Amino acid sequence: MASRSEGPVLEIKDLNISYYTRAGEIPAVIDFSLSVQRGETIGLVGESGCGKSTVAMAIMNYMGANGGIKSGEILFKGRDIVRMTGDELRRIRGSEISMIYQEPFAALNPSLTVANQLMEVPLVHEAIGRQEAYARAVQMLTDVRLPDPERIMKAYPHQLSGGQQQRVVIAMGLLSNPDLLLLDEPTTALDVTVEAGIVKLIAEISRKFGTAQIYISHNLGLILETCDRVFVMYSGEVVEEGTINSLFTWPRHPYTHGLFGCIPLPTANKNAAPLQPIRGQLPLPHERPRGCNFGPRCDYFVGGHCDAGKVAMEYVSDAHDSDHRVRCARFRDIDHSAYLKPKNVREAAEVGENVLEVRDMQKYYELRDASIGAMISGKGVTYVKANEALSFSARRGETVAIVGESGCGKSTFAKVLMGLETATGGEIRHEGRDIGNVSVHDRTPEQLASLQMVFQNPSDTLNPSHTIGHQISRVIKKFGVETDKNKIHERVMALLDTVKLPRDFYFRRPRQLSGGQKQRIGIARAFAGNPSMVIADEPVSALDVSVAAAVTELLMDIQREHRTTLLFISHDLSVVRYLADRVVVMYLGQIVERGSTEEIFDPPYHPYTEALLSAVPIADPEVTKREIVLEGNLPSVTNPPAGCPFVTRCPRRQGAICEQQRPPVQLVSEGHAIACHIPLDELRAVEPVIRVPSEDERAHA
Amino acid sequence: MTNASVATSPPATGYGAALVRALRSFTLLRESWVGMIGAAIVLFWVGVAISAPVLSPFDPNATVMPLQKPGAEHVGGGTFWLGTDHLGRDILSRIIWGSRTVLYYAPLATFTAYAVGIVMGLAAGYHRGWVDDVLSRISDIILSFPVLVLYIVIIATIGASGVNIVIAITFASGPGIMRIVRGLVLDLRNRDYVAAAQTRGEGSWRIMLVEILPNARGPLIVDACLRMGYVIITIGVLGFLGLGLPPPDPDWGGMINETRQMAMAFPHMTVYPCLAISSLILGFNLLADGVREISLRD
Repeated sequence: MASRSEGPVLEIKDLNISYYTRAGEIPAVIDFSLSVQRGETIGLVGESGCGKSTVAMAIMNYMGANGGIKSGEILFKGRDIVRMTGDELRRIRGSEISMIYQEPFAALNPSLTVANQLMEVPLVHEAIGRQEAYARAVQMLTDVRLPDPERIMKAYPHQLSGGQQQRVVIAMGLLSNPDLLLLDEPTTALDVTVEAGIVKLIAEISRKFGTAQIYISHNLGLILETCDRVFVMYSGEVVEEGTINSLFTWPRHPYTHGLFGCIPLPTANKNAAPLQPIRGQLPLPHERPRGCNFGPRCDYFVGGHCDAGKVAMEYVSDAHDSDHRVRCARFRDIDHSAYLKPKNVREAAEVGENVLEVRDMQKYYELRDASIGAMISGKGVTYVKANEALSFSARRGETVAIVGESGCGKSTFAKVLMGLETATGGEIRHEGRDIGNVSVHDRTPEQLASLQMVFQNPSDTLNPSHTIGHQISRVIKKFGVETDKNKIHERVMALLDTVKLPRDFYFRRPRQLSGGQKQRIGIARAFAGNPSMVIADEPVSALDVSVAAAVTELLMDIQREHRTTLLFISHDLSVVRYLADRVVVMYLGQIVERGSTEEIFDPPYHPYTEALLSAVPIADPEVTKREIVLEGNLPSVTNPPAGCPFVTRCPRRQGAICEQQRPPVQLVSEGHAIACHIPLDELRAVEPVIRVPSEDERAHA
Repeated sequence: MTNASVATSPPATGYGAALVRALRSFTLLRESWVGMIGAAIVLFWVGVAISAPVLSPFDPNATVMPLQKPGAEHVGGGTFWLGTDHLGRDILSRIIWGSRTVLYYAPLATFTAYAVGIVMGLAAGYHRGWVDDVLSRISDIILSFPVLVLYIVIIATIGASGVNIVIAITFASGPGIMRIVRGLVLDLRNRDYVAAAQTRGEGSWRIMLVEILPNARGPLIVDACLRMGYVIITIGVLGFLGLGLPPPDPDWGGMINETRQMAMAFPHMTVYPCLAISSLILGFNLLADGVREISLRD
């Protein structure tokens, strides 16, 4: 281990990687250079297809059969990985370089216990006995802050929650005491409060073990919280690199500016500071333009200058940090402060009468236990309380967000609203009529048309077997908006115009569309029948940031134009903060807090809302957050706590009263309600979780 | 906007466009040489069956000269390229005409088995609940019989004829197809586009047939090609067991059955029909491999 102290752990010089396909050679990574010191965390950020995962694979020298490193060196502790033999690579992978992937349940073998899988690492790579391996594994589980490591060792992966699984995977990666840890979107599959814990752990690792880390993510907020330096990639190239502070405070590349314009910051509001989507699309690798790859999408593009030839990385000379480099031919000419000023300011939408009223809505699922034991004890039927006593309302033209983590019952509520399930109790009034118990088969075409949905998964939302035109026409025909064949066709064309897609998409099939385009078609389909209310179930969570911004803006523009009520279901509080007028926070099937967006984001908070706010990654180094990390996991819905649903994880637990009694719904103001035992005065005294500096306090002002 | 000509005219739909699409997807097969060989073999037999009256040198049922070796000359002119059987019928002519039988009944039986299996599988997978329970238990019962026993019982009960062979094969392979379809539907029914169809008030059969079934086509086409091979074997086996098409019309399985006791002395009487069956099955299997290869590539 003598080589540890000298030089960088990893140094990549002028790396070029290409994929070889039937269409010919496709350069995936161009002129990539990077160096990682011991104990340093490097962030690689960029949208899908920018080559960030390819870099990670190249570091492991684990390219697919059709990928190849064309030129350049990857020096790991001074040795070139590109020239290593299979045997040498095998010795390094998993012991000196570890990798942690996006989905923990896919990284663990479901038929082996955690102990088996963890102990394998030192047993394979080092000559030690089983007992020592066991002791090391237990110690490592303690180090990644898993409670009761002895029990976890005996468990199989399916007996652990997603967050616990990811901690086990991280422990496995650290067990061999690697010099380099690669993390490829390690928290994308996890809930926000769980993510917050993992992110904290990742930030601790380099401090505690001195491990160099490369953290790959599309989320600028997470990069800010975990990394020391950041590399922004676009279309195979690094376009900007620098320390976190320098790059986040003084971004110099128009693409970096664009990325920041696409993510809602806690100060942002949809009317005062709308998102600024980057126009156009990522060029396909074989259609990259000459010169700057970002040229066709850049507002500062100058013909003859930007497309003259390859743009080199340059040091930002006036910099506050000499380490800051950017690949832009015109970064000195750009007015960087112009990006901070809000554009396209909108007026707030007019809010009308109540369109939706939900009163004490319940949805229970029956679970039948057919075992003999259950028959004897008489406990044959148990209930899953997916929704318990939901009450709220939504007005015309308003955006109401339902926020909560997975399993909180928000999607069940959407299903009941759409009639795919029926409510067990209470009522849901949509335009005056109770629809809670009316399943979709019994609804009239007008009722169906007036309540439509935009789905989450772009790859699933359109039927791959039919053309776009056919699918939208069918909706129009079914809802009786138009009956004449030519009129239907005109209406489809008008809808394509509305969602800003070319008209010849009529003949396309879903596989010929990108994710963002599919979501646009999904929106067109939902608005085809002139609905009075649209439910959007995480419509942009699967999209890249710049695409998500464009789709979000589009959705809101159409909503304003039609004065549609939008019910926005999400787990992402920053998006909710940005676009919602009112917010409903759900936990374990119950509403814990509801109110206008301003009321939700300022004290008094429900303790769960407080924790959620603290978990939101914010891509602004000058915003400070109070750190609240929730312990434990979501309780099972089959056996929820008798009192407050949040009692098992609540950091402000009061004692027995919380465990035994349902919390009272306390009205802070008309419309702002908190279900908690803690007196309102005490909750009011809580200091805000997120502190945003005023404009003149800011460094870049 | 961008494309004014598109905007004015509704798109061309109908059978013409569907045919063009089908042909285009067939040209995809060129990318798999295994699939191309399979398709060539199958097309060869289809060609033989269609032009049987032109190709066959003799009347397949006429007694010409018994027990001739392959290549023997007929006194009245013409050659028995593959010899004649114990009744003096020209084997080549019988194989050529027999291809008509097998290429008529095998696709028919596969088609009806699929029709039944798809309807059952869609209903079971989409509706779940008691529909699924009843249909699945019925298919369990049928699948618990050895297939051969099932064929013998059915044919013995309703008699040996072309239609009855189709019925027997449908009965025996329908449940297997239902299982495949049901499995695919269980996955596809949870897709968002199915929920979208439900929330615009589509009827359940429309959802099953228009929204779900087309997306299950990939695995089903592969299975259909393989199953076609099994059905050809089955028709051969039934012929061999004497449960096939009633004589004297040529039937490959029947030809093997009639001559198997003489196979030691006159191997050509059994070997050539065997080769015919094997090559056709091989053709379908290779075709299935090719289709699978292409469908995995996308």
